[in-house]
Amino acid sequence: MKDTFTIGGIALKSRLFVGTGKFSSHQIMTEAIEASNAQVVTVALRRIDLDSAEENVLNFIPKNCILLPNTSGARTAEEAVRIARIARAAGCGNWIKIEVISDHKYLLPDNYETIKATEILAKEGFVVLPYMNPDLMVAKRLQEAGAAAVMPLGAPIGTNRGLKTKEMIRILIDEINLPIIVDAGIGKPSEAAEAMEMGAAAVLVNTAIATAGDPVAMARAFDLAVQAGRMAHISGPGATRLYAEASSPLTGFLE
Amino acid sequence: MEIIVNGKRERLEESMSILQYLSAKGLSPERVVVEYNYAVVKKEDLGNIILKENDQLEVLRFVGGG
Repeated sequence: MKDTFTIGGIALKSRLFVGTGKFSSHQIMTEAIEASNAQVVTVALRRIDLDSAEENVLNFIPKNCILLPNTSGARTAEEAVRIARIARAAGCGNWIKIEVISDHKYLLPDNYETIKATEILAKEGFVVLPYMNPDLMVAKRLQEAGAAAVMPLGAPIGTNRGLKTKEMIRILIDEINLPIIVDAGIGKPSEAAEAMEMGAAAVLVNTAIATAGDPVAMARAFDLAVQAGRMAHISGPGATRLYAEASSPLTGFLE
Repeated sequence: MEIIVNGKRERLEESMSILQYLSAKGLSPERVVVEYNYAVVKKEDLGNIILKENDQLEVLRFVGGG
């Protein structure tokens, strides 16, 4: 079955995006990315510590992956734009995940600043994937602003609490004619499968894999769950009903 | 003279290009991104820009992130 979705002109087969934060070692991260079969991998930009030698994370990401730098650390649209330009200048392509956050407790995105940054960067030719708090009107604005996809949160970043915003995400999937990629909060493969069954185009998982007891096995579990959920979505789940309906024939019993 | 690197003031004993500054810090230009007075510097220009008093440099690299 050929089932791809397209972002920035690239047809993607894997519907699992993975993040590279919080892994206990670069080696485990590499193995987990490989086990996940992910094609899109997120990274962040930070100041170099000039007093200590640190290894470059890019050396540990499989070469065939598409890099999706994020603008984490940005508190305003202006800062997000600045980070995006730096990331592109680093020669890692023109994809950017916009993340504008000024709330330190729940790390919830600033939708208003996110729309502004999306508009500017889409005009500059970036493939823009904005991380957002799921709201239909905001998603519409992001679409008008030129976003390549919309990335609503399932729950606050790093909480592993699952699809707390499920109903709002369902509405985005129903109404927005862009890939909806559920980002943040997904803690278990079953939750990734649930998002895919609902019709999400993809999910982005970081903490749930990186902080698992066995991150490599968990990466594989997420890959399988995302595939299963997607297949279920395409297959068209049967109707739910209140009362029982026998699965075995009710005729031809013994006398 | 003094320049500001990643938000911290730093004294330079002699004038040098950004490329020379990075080399002195043991950094390969392939692995970092440099912003000079808020403008991103292309790798091929790193050797052409000579640092002046109060110049601001941001030296960045990719790290793990979600």
